[in-house]
Amino acid sequence: MLRSIALWLEERLHLMKLFESTAGHKVPPSTNSWFYVFGSGTLLCFVLQIVTGTCLAFVYVPSTSQAWTSLQYLNNQQFLGWFLRAVHNWGSIFMVGIMTLHLVQTFLFGAYKYPRELTWVSGCVLFLCTLGMAFTGQVLRFDQDAYWGLGIGASIMGRVPLIGAQLVHLMLAGSTIAGETLSRFFSLHVFVVPGTIIALLSLHLRLVLTKGINEYPKAGCVVRKESYATEYEEMIEKTGVPFVPNVIGKDLIFSGFLIVAIVTCALVFGPAGPSGPPNPTLIHTAPRPDFYFLPIYAILALLPAYMETVLLLVAPLLGLAVLILLPFYSGTGEKSFRRRPMAVVIVLLAFLTVGLLAYLGTFAPWSPHMDAWSGTPAPAAYVKGRSGLELQGAILIQSKQCRNCHSLGGEGGMRGPALDTVATRLTRDQLIRQVIQGSGNMPAYGKNLRPAEVTALVAFMQTLRPSYQPEARDSTQSAQTVSR
Amino acid sequence: MTAEDQKSECPCKLALPTEAPAQGISRRNLLLKVGAGLNGIAAALIGVPLLGYVLSSFTKSSPNSWISLGPLDRFPQGETRLAVYRNPVSKPWDGDTAQVPCWVRRIDSQAFQVFAINCTHLGCPVRWFQESRLFMCPCHGGAFYEDGSHASGPPPRGLFEYQHRIEGGELKVLGGHVPTLAEPL
Repeated sequence: MLRSIALWLEERLHLMKLFESTAGHKVPPSTNSWFYVFGSGTLLCFVLQIVTGTCLAFVYVPSTSQAWTSLQYLNNQQFLGWFLRAVHNWGSIFMVGIMTLHLVQTFLFGAYKYPRELTWVSGCVLFLCTLGMAFTGQVLRFDQDAYWGLGIGASIMGRVPLIGAQLVHLMLAGSTIAGETLSRFFSLHVFVVPGTIIALLSLHLRLVLTKGINEYPKAGCVVRKESYATEYEEMIEKTGVPFVPNVIGKDLIFSGFLIVAIVTCALVFGPAGPSGPPNPTLIHTAPRPDFYFLPIYAILALLPAYMETVLLLVAPLLGLAVLILLPFYSGTGEKSFRRRPMAVVIVLLAFLTVGLLAYLGTFAPWSPHMDAWSGTPAPAAYVKGRSGLELQGAILIQSKQCRNCHSLGGEGGMRGPALDTVATRLTRDQLIRQVIQGSGNMPAYGKNLRPAEVTALVAFMQTLRPSYQPEARDSTQSAQTVSR
Repeated sequence: MTAEDQKSECPCKLALPTEAPAQGISRRNLLLKVGAGLNGIAAALIGVPLLGYVLSSFTKSSPNSWISLGPLDRFPQGETRLAVYRNPVSKPWDGDTAQVPCWVRRIDSQAFQVFAINCTHLGCPVRWFQESRLFMCPCHGGAFYEDGSHASGPPPRGLFEYQHRIEGGELKVLGGHVPTLAEPL
């Protein structure tokens, strides 16, 4: 009975033929490697995102007045709503992570070279689409961070010459962040970008079948346009093994672990947010992006202001062009990373840069600590045994909000230098000048401090040095000091 | 062999394609061209309104209008206070996002400055610190003096300032869009 049903289906759908040309296609036996599991891992994450995202859309309300409440409902009332939100969030984090590994692996293994240029290009665009999903998804978690994140996006768009204002309108679906903005991002996140991903993914997989999977590169085996295709075909004919069942085992094991890891993270860490309600009048907030955008957040604080707009608008396009066009200027030659030291250096440098920026982004040393002046008292040791004038200065250093940018005893802002040993670096005159005029990143306080307040503040700061270090002295005054 | 002959030979067999004439337009060729042309028109009929719909926000200009921030005595002289107005182009489903905060500085009885909440660097909400008389931004460390001018950090200019006027004992500002470098207030 079953056999006859199978035969009936086979006769109509030609399943054996389909299998032979897809899952059962022949691949080089060298691809049976743990390095070749990241592509299928990314695909699995994508499928998981579609399934969990569709389920979340059963309940989520894409309206600025209701979205935040519906997220609270999902977290607290909908049966297992918190779990699905958590899986969707961790699925996105793993998808970006595994996709990055896939990109790095194909780069280091020279898989982008002839004749797989289009596979690489479609993969790069898929990577961009995935980052687009991450950004639009962050907006759908419509909380304070999402609201101000849109403001940041609009400000970046506003820097584009000539059509900046129009681009802001296009992004926000109007002149302000409001109802239509969220609807627009919902449509992008749920229809437009996933649709594009499915189309590009079809092309990507089709190319894997037509041009074959890249063999595990051997040092010294170079790619030549004249001979590569024939060499590859010969190799497949002689030694090729069907992907299913010979090679898929490692992918299955990796995928299994991936799901376990995502579910474990979801169970342990739970869903992300939503943080405070998206009410723009609640301004006591410090917007932070999700971790994938922390490097961008960091670089926007660290770039010199004069090159910011240019780098913000030109560098991403340039970087993208270098990445996408890679197979067109480096399409032949050595594939193995053992003979491509620059490729390895580029990957290490990229990881180091992005990792360091993301690390800085987690604690944002460039941001003032808005509550330090009222919430972080001066260390007791710094006020013990001080004169009345100096104590007055210690009070001023709190009440004038100096602590928001300057730390004492390791607490307070890191925007400006720590003041623990400031007396060893600046003389009395220099301290007065710095307070009144400001310089570098420090605002001038001349208008906001009375002369008596400056005197007290500087008197206190002159006590800030360890007992074993002398205070800073003016070299032009040194002769007098000695003679005295 | 003509088409007639084929037909008489085997009526159920699919007709073999007749060779296209060397010059001129065959019937099939004409149908293809007409069909493609018709579909081109159809695509334009759908596509142009579709693009117009999607890109309407691209071309739309900001609908600014005068909005009251309340009676003057709400703002004490010499102080800077947070004021909130309702976006003049709000929709019923905007919820809290229809509210727009701004900073009002009253210099003396008639002199005011009204600043947008958005930092000129990347739009984060700046906070007023009365004691140090500074606006500070929580995102990338921008700071502004009480008159809105740039004090420190990455912002490329001073705070965005609303046009304002006093009318019937009320302070009014001209608002209706998110201020950006491309389109300040």
